[in-house]
Amino acid sequence: MRTAATDARGAVTVLIPTLLRAYIDGRSEVSMDVPDDGDVASLLDGLGEGRPLLDQRIREETGALRRYVNIYVDGEDVRRLDGLGTAVPAGSTVMIIQSVAGG
Amino acid sequence: MSAAGTTLLAIGTKKGLWLATSTDRATWSLSDPLFLMEEIPSVGIDTRGGRTRLFAGRMSWHFGPCIAHSDDLGSTWTEPKEGSIRFAAEDGAALERVWQIQPDAESRPGVVWAGCQPISVWKSTDHGETFELNRGLWDHPHRSEWGAGFGGAAAHTVLPSPADETLHVAMSTGGVYRSDDGGTSWEPKNKGISAYFMPGPEPEFGQCVHKVARDAVDPDRLFAQNHHGVYASTDRGDSWQSIADGLPADFGFVMLSHPHRSGTAWVIPLKADGERIPPDGHLAVHRTDDGGASWQASDAGLPTSEFNAVLRDAACVDDADTTGVYFGTRGGSVYGSADEGRTFQEIASHLPDVLSVRAAVVLA
Repeated sequence: MRTAATDARGAVTVLIPTLLRAYIDGRSEVSMDVPDDGDVASLLDGLGEGRPLLDQRIREETGALRRYVNIYVDGEDVRRLDGLGTAVPAGSTVMIIQSVAGG
Repeated sequence: MSAAGTTLLAIGTKKGLWLATSTDRATWSLSDPLFLMEEIPSVGIDTRGGRTRLFAGRMSWHFGPCIAHSDDLGSTWTEPKEGSIRFAAEDGAALERVWQIQPDAESRPGVVWAGCQPISVWKSTDHGETFELNRGLWDHPHRSEWGAGFGGAAAHTVLPSPADETLHVAMSTGGVYRSDDGGTSWEPKNKGISAYFMPGPEPEFGQCVHKVARDAVDPDRLFAQNHHGVYASTDRGDSWQSIADGLPADFGFVMLSHPHRSGTAWVIPLKADGERIPPDGHLAVHRTDDGGASWQASDAGLPTSEFNAVLRDAACVDDADTTGVYFGTRGGSVYGSADEGRTFQEIASHLPDVLSVRAAVVLA
């Protein structure tokens, strides 16, 4: 997977939360290519390529999604779908956002 | 401490890091918050080698833990590109919180230790840029039996000896472990320390030791504040003896040793496990100058009524010639003493819960 704003055929839009934009050059969204069988995990692999500090804030070392980070694929919470195995179809919008937590 | 020295007090709280500085330890300047809304359960100040490196163990509830460092007294912070501290995939664990950042002795420049949750010890040999998991402790056969205190299962104290390859670690719960070979192998060292919350006779391990401090002059001498019980050891932890007589309570989290003088230590007692407040709401720092045989209370400058606890790393000493003693409460007040804990003044107030403090005379 690669970031590729030029190739729209298999592209998805990834929305980056404000608190994580420092780890991705201040960008609020990224357009990324996905293969036909792409899922959230492979999308995050691509997003985190060359940006380990971004990836570390979304996923634990075990690969699990951090407890208080939510990911929505076209408005659906991946935890209610297939987790990080949730399919990411071309043309979809993937939102990464912190959950309601904190004291 | 040189007359012109600046003392830096790093204050880690539940919602960010504050830095207080003073040239006379009487008038303090407090920074704006750093890492606002992140917990800072550990801070470290490394003044070895003619430079000052400041560490912050950060924990975002959303985005996880990390260690950042600053070489310009907190103006800018760095996190290595790949991150500083992470389990390997095969470890099957994820770092939850950094409880302790401990620079090693002058004789081991570049070595920095970290104690973490889940219970693990990490060693850096590159001045705290990156840390490697201590396999000896991680693979210890007791690990599956170690438990979690209320704050989580953590190695919260790492004490390298300046004299040799001895290393002590304290964990909640698990107790004290010692390595005689720089961290390759580990043995429990809890003989004499109670574990009233466990059935049966005193166990080999499983104690809830809250904090351990090493005597600066005699590295074989240790002091421990336990989950009920205050102890000292003169034989590197092979055996422990109660030194709680003379204290108003044997519960608490803090244990500090004098950075220059043997036999002097400070505790800040809380009433009991089930009543975690200063005894009778009276906050005081208690000091021994004879290895725990007797204690003297100091409350000068402290509030007459205080119902907030002081957590295990929310207290420290500085390295000035006349030692400064500092602590912060869960009510967000920070107190400092420039006369070895005899009198205190409030340095900061109304901060979030204070989790960690460290102080040093810094090199500009």
